[in-house]
Amino acid sequence: MREEIITSGRMNPMIDPQLHIWHWHIPLYLFLGGLAAGILFFAALYTILGKEKENPTAVKIAPFITPILLVVGLFALFLDLNHQAYFWRLYTTIRLESPMSWGAWTLMVVTPISFIWCALNIKEIFPRWDWKFKFLYDLDAFFRKHLITMSWILLIFSLILGMYTGILFSAFNARPLWNTSILGPLFLTSGLSTGAAAIILMSKSHEERLRFARIDIMLIGIEMFLIVHMFMGFLASTQVHIEAAELFLGGPYTTPFWLFVFTLGLAVPAILEVLELRKFKVPFMIAPILVLMGGLLFRFIIAYAGQASRWLY
Amino acid sequence: MRYAMAVDTKKCVGCSDCVVACQTENNVPIGYCRDWIVEVTDGTYPQLEIEIRSERCNHCENAPCVRCCPTGASHYSDGGTVLVKKYHCIGCGACIASCPYDARFPHPEGYVDKCTFCLDNRVKKGMDPACVSVCPTKCLYFGDLDDPRSPVSQILKKRKYKTLIPEAGTKPHLYFLI
Amino acid sequence: MKTSRRQFIKTSSLYAGGLAMAGSGLKAASGLLKNLGGNVEGLSRTPTYCEICFWQCAGWVYKDDDGRIQKIIGNDDDPHCNGRLCPRGTGGVGMYHDEDRLKTPLIRRTVDGKQVFEEATWEEALDFIAEKMKSVAAEFGPECVVLFSHGSGGAHLGHMLKAFGSQSISAPSFAQCRGPREVAFLTTYGDIVYSPERTDIRDSRCLVFIGYHLGENMHNGQVQEMSDAIDKGATIITVDPRYSVAASKSKYWLPIKPATDLALLLSWIHVLIENGWYDKEYVEKYTFGFEQLREHVKQYTPEWAYGITTIDPNVIRRTAKEMYDASPAVIVHPGRHTTWYGDDTQRLRAVAILNAILGSWGRRGGFYFPERVQFPEYPTPAYPVPNRLPTEAYAGKYNLANEVVSNGICDATIPSVDSDCNFKVWLVNGTNLMLALPDQKKTLQAIQALELVVVIDTMPVEITGYADVVLPECTFLERYDMVRVSRHREPTLALRMPATEPKYHSKPGDWIARELGIRLGLAAYFPWKDMEEHLDWQLKQVGSSLEEMKRIGVKKFPRQYDDLYLHEGEDFFFNTNTGKIELYSTDMEEEGFPPLPVYTEHEQPPEGFYRLNYGRAPMHTFGRTANNPNLTDLMDENTLWVNPKVANLWGLENDQYIKLRNQDGIVSTFSIKVRITERIRWDSVYMVHGFGHDNKKLSRAHGRGINDTELITNVKIDPVMGGTGMRSNFVTFVFENDNAGEEVEA
Ligand SMILES: Nc1nc2c(c(=O)[nH]1)N[C@H]1C(S)=C(S)[C@@H](COP(=O)(O)OP(=O)(O)OC[C@H]3O[C@@H](n4cnc5c(=O)[nH]c(N)nc54)[C@H](O)[C@@H]3O)O[C@H]1N2
Ligand SMILES: Nc1nc2c(c(=O)[nH]1)N[C@H]1C(S)=C(S)[C@@H](COP(=O)(O)OP(=O)(O)OC[C@H]3O[C@@H](n4cnc5c(=O)[nH]c(N)nc54)[C@H](O)[C@@H]3O)O[C@H]1N2
Ligand code: SF4
Ligand code: SF4
Ligand code: SF4
Ligand code: SF4
Ligand code: SF4
Ligand SMILES: [Mo]
Repeated sequence: MREEIITSGRMNPMIDPQLHIWHWHIPLYLFLGGLAAGILFFAALYTILGKEKENPTAVKIAPFITPILLVVGLFALFLDLNHQAYFWRLYTTIRLESPMSWGAWTLMVVTPISFIWCALNIKEIFPRWDWKFKFLYDLDAFFRKHLITMSWILLIFSLILGMYTGILFSAFNARPLWNTSILGPLFLTSGLSTGAAAIILMSKSHEERLRFARIDIMLIGIEMFLIVHMFMGFLASTQVHIEAAELFLGGPYTTPFWLFVFTLGLAVPAILEVLELRKFKVPFMIAPILVLMGGLLFRFIIAYAGQASRWLY
Repeated sequence: MRYAMAVDTKKCVGCSDCVVACQTENNVPIGYCRDWIVEVTDGTYPQLEIEIRSERCNHCENAPCVRCCPTGASHYSDGGTVLVKKYHCIGCGACIASCPYDARFPHPEGYVDKCTFCLDNRVKKGMDPACVSVCPTKCLYFGDLDDPRSPVSQILKKRKYKTLIPEAGTKPHLYFLI
Repeated sequence: MKTSRRQFIKTSSLYAGGLAMAGSGLKAASGLLKNLGGNVEGLSRTPTYCEICFWQCAGWVYKDDDGRIQKIIGNDDDPHCNGRLCPRGTGGVGMYHDEDRLKTPLIRRTVDGKQVFEEATWEEALDFIAEKMKSVAAEFGPECVVLFSHGSGGAHLGHMLKAFGSQSISAPSFAQCRGPREVAFLTTYGDIVYSPERTDIRDSRCLVFIGYHLGENMHNGQVQEMSDAIDKGATIITVDPRYSVAASKSKYWLPIKPATDLALLLSWIHVLIENGWYDKEYVEKYTFGFEQLREHVKQYTPEWAYGITTIDPNVIRRTAKEMYDASPAVIVHPGRHTTWYGDDTQRLRAVAILNAILGSWGRRGGFYFPERVQFPEYPTPAYPVPNRLPTEAYAGKYNLANEVVSNGICDATIPSVDSDCNFKVWLVNGTNLMLALPDQKKTLQAIQALELVVVIDTMPVEITGYADVVLPECTFLERYDMVRVSRHREPTLALRMPATEPKYHSKPGDWIARELGIRLGLAAYFPWKDMEEHLDWQLKQVGSSLEEMKRIGVKKFPRQYDDLYLHEGEDFFFNTNTGKIELYSTDMEEEGFPPLPVYTEHEQPPEGFYRLNYGRAPMHTFGRTANNPNLTDLMDENTLWVNPKVANLWGLENDQYIKLRNQDGIVSTFSIKVRITERIRWDSVYMVHGFGHDNKKLSRAHGRGINDTELITNVKIDPVMGGTGMRSNFVTFVFENDNAGEEVEA
């Protein structure tokens, strides 16, 4: 029998008996960031494509929630910090090697744009509002003039943001479960999928709903492929990766992941959406709600399971 | 200058003196520690073997904790030691999650703490780190790898050694004599 | 046990008498700190020697800018520690900071039919004790007052008691600890092993440890020298049924069947003699009874020993050869806690004999001749001659015991028809008899029969719960004590001085002894103004001074004689009946014991039971550190080591809490966490001694783990010196009530 124990009673808080430095804040932050990124991506995309009319929810309505999502997400991140008084240090330096750093800066770009986007839309929805100050009108005119440029910026940064939510984890080679480059694309896809789901939920147009259902099915397909690919990668890798995968294959995370995330959060909504496209009568809310819940749970599970996975030595 | 430490697993008795000494020397609060003892037993009674290791931050040459720190609080200092600037650290925990050796922990005051190789309070004053100077079996060796006469260079020349999880690519500066 | 006349008071039910404590103390502890103020440089570090175990390493106490004790560092000049304390010494700061310490004197009172402790002033407490001691002395004689003491306070209280007219002074460090070894060596070499042990480990080429678990047993100097010996390539042979840390550092680990060591030792002697692998010249010149020994061990072949010990005969031969090859730089270590199976003196005699034929006594790398400074006592009147010596308590028994047998005193405290010597008062200083003495029932019987129990301690440990008066001593960091006069390769002195004022209302032992002495009308025995004057006078007699010692902490003196080892061909008179090393012991013969050790068989565990093995953890000293905040941080409970085979059989899992029941049906008060490990045999379980405290006032220690002592009810008394063999107890697992820290109330 091999026995490996710490005999000096080490019980450092949040490290022992296993890493639990990150609690609900980080997965929530990543979920909200991914969701906002998804919504803003579609908003920017259809603006660039000039298809605002066909996709009113995606371009105009859904983005209204993104500033809230981003601010709540950032607040969750803030709550998670142990040395909050020094929060501002995040913005006195840019460290490209640190996902945490460029993620924070990406949010610095995306969040203001999301506010501007909302402001522009408010103006359109309530055209009779008096904006009181002239410079507001000037600003409005300025952004409207550069709407396409801004959309491009938003498109790119929303992709970075979506990707970042995964790379934050995958940059940690100390946690074998996180240490896979698939996590970036996977979280991006998942973010886009939850974005699409949010749009479906909010949309009043049947057309738009069906369009996003189609998009969502595709995204879910990619996501499922990436997940399977990820586990195959783990199983073909070193012992620590195999053990990381085993957390999900017979280990403590098996049921939550395969039942709640994979089945209820991906497979079932995909099937429901297919049925909907085939004109079966299913309440349209169910699929997107499942996708959103699955997306949230997915981040929680990856955050927690990742902290449970470690190198052996 | 490259500071490093060697731990003689053949002499370490796992007494944890290095842990208490670090605690009292560096005011590590009770309930926290910068170093710790791992005991690995292999075999079946009575064919047995034990390896005892006094572990701490490896002051990695390629330190993931420095890489992932968003504020630059985690940085390389003299002799390649990896240190944390208390008032730059936001306590985000990224470095903690990035360390394959679980060498860091959140100090109750919020910033992240870990072994400093006693750089400022002892080594710069010409003393050995607290753990090294207290160890009853004298199984800890400290010094500059670039100085062939330093205790650590000397012992690494004489003995077989290993590092922990070299495959993590961190290039640790904590050597275990085997 | 009769219905408790003296109820156990968990100091938690303390009844605050609302005494105004301020101003109630006597005059401040004799100008204790007068030299500490002002001089900032002087404040930075003060000398001490450690009181956490009896190795007494000298060190420096450092304080931070706020004057708070921050760290203790070994004194480089001290041969006990060479500048490096052990974890317990380093963590000694926790003794001072522990907020559960005894804070004020307590007196047992009955309030509403319930016994409680009431806070008292020192005057009240000391007056109370003095009155009682006087009345007991008047009625039964002063010899009926006993002092049990372990540690530095014994010198002060012992002096007071001897002045009072009693020599009834005892410590558990004899009959529960070193006794068998000292008696065995005394009968063999006419000299004892001492503490610190006179083992020349650093220069040894072969170390043989028999159930001596250095590395877990942190007797500092020896651990350090073992490491030096490893560096120099010494061969280590460890005999232990458990895979100890020392075993893991050894070239040979002999996983012996418990309780059979004497068979192995005898067969080693057999092999050495058979093969001529012994120091012929040395044996010839210095020993007595070699021929008898040769005859005697003929029967003890390795094949015979194999059947008993399960150690392969070839390994026995090979290890014997290793010893011979290294001789005389070989140490067959006598161990320290040697009260195992009741024939311990005989086992240690075999160890002494083995060393003798290898010629290691008085040789480099073997056992050296230690020397100490002739350190004068402060002149006081002669002690009165007591009417009765404590040994009369067990008259006719244990004649070879060279110290007072604690359990003999304990037994004689219990009234019985055939004893006219009952002790009436126990002063208990620095020893937790409830953990130290096996067979707790007897200890309690004795306690119930007493007129007065006074406990002087720093912590609210179990024994305080049975006290009539509890006196809080300050920790070693807050007081002067006698100068440490150590016997070593070089004679050395070490000073302990207070680093800071005593916390709470605690007082130094010397002050307690003196104040009590004055109340007993013994002021003439305490002629010094204060400890500073006392120590200064003594130090000046040997050419030092208090001032110098405060500065250097440790002073080494040159040896008087060049006799660390025997010289080539030197004539040497051993202090035995024959003037020789007695392989054949005439003392033993006279007392009616076998003059050469004879193997006797010991009990093995019955079906379903496992031998209760116990030992030390490097970061704790018995129960004394179990509540120390720095050290509980490293280990806050003991675990039960169980072999995987046994775990499998019983369905035990790692970290599961279980209770134990012993052969006499005693169930442990608390539960213990299971540790499944290959390091223990399948016929034994193992735990670290000193846990399972049941005084709730010990906030970190209470209910953590099991106290092995409560399960040690089968005690094998060594007929030679009265030692309490404690390793013939067998336990089985109890699964109900397996909540950690939950106490079964009677
Ligand atoms: N079951 C079992 N019993 C054993 C042993 C065993 O291994 N198992 N070991 C045996 C051995 S080898 C020995 S030596 C004995 C030791 O037995 P003890 O001497 O009783 O052991 P300690 O636990 O050190 O007890 C010391 C007591 O002194 C107190 N103390 C600490 N510092 C001071 C101080 O400065 N002043 C005062 N006044 N008190 C202080 C502590 O709080 C504690 O209550 O036990 C023996 N009994
Ligand atoms: N850290 C620390 N160090 C200490 C102390 C402490 O409390 N803590 N106490 C000090 C004191 S006072 C003493 S007396 C010493 C005691 O130190 P030792 O004399 O080394 O202690 P023991 O308790 O006799 O030894 C325990 C060892 O004996 C083994 N053993 C048990 N049964 C048998 C047997 O039948 N045969 C053989 N060969 N081995 C057996 C056990 O497996 C265990 O490894 O330690 C001293 N050092
Ligand atoms: S102090 Fe030395 S012997 Fe003790 S555990 Fe630390 S490294 Fe090992
Ligand atoms: S051991 Fe961990 S904390 Fe230390 S330098 Fe390496 S990665 Fe950083
Ligand atoms: S916790 Fe502090 S040191 Fe660690 S990564 Fe965050 S800011 Fe840097
Ligand atoms: S080098 Fe200093 S900080 Fe690091 S473990 Fe040793 S004592 Fe602690
Ligand atoms: S061996 Fe450790 S506990 Fe004992 S006196 Fe020395 S430092 Fe103190
Ligand atoms: Mo002892």
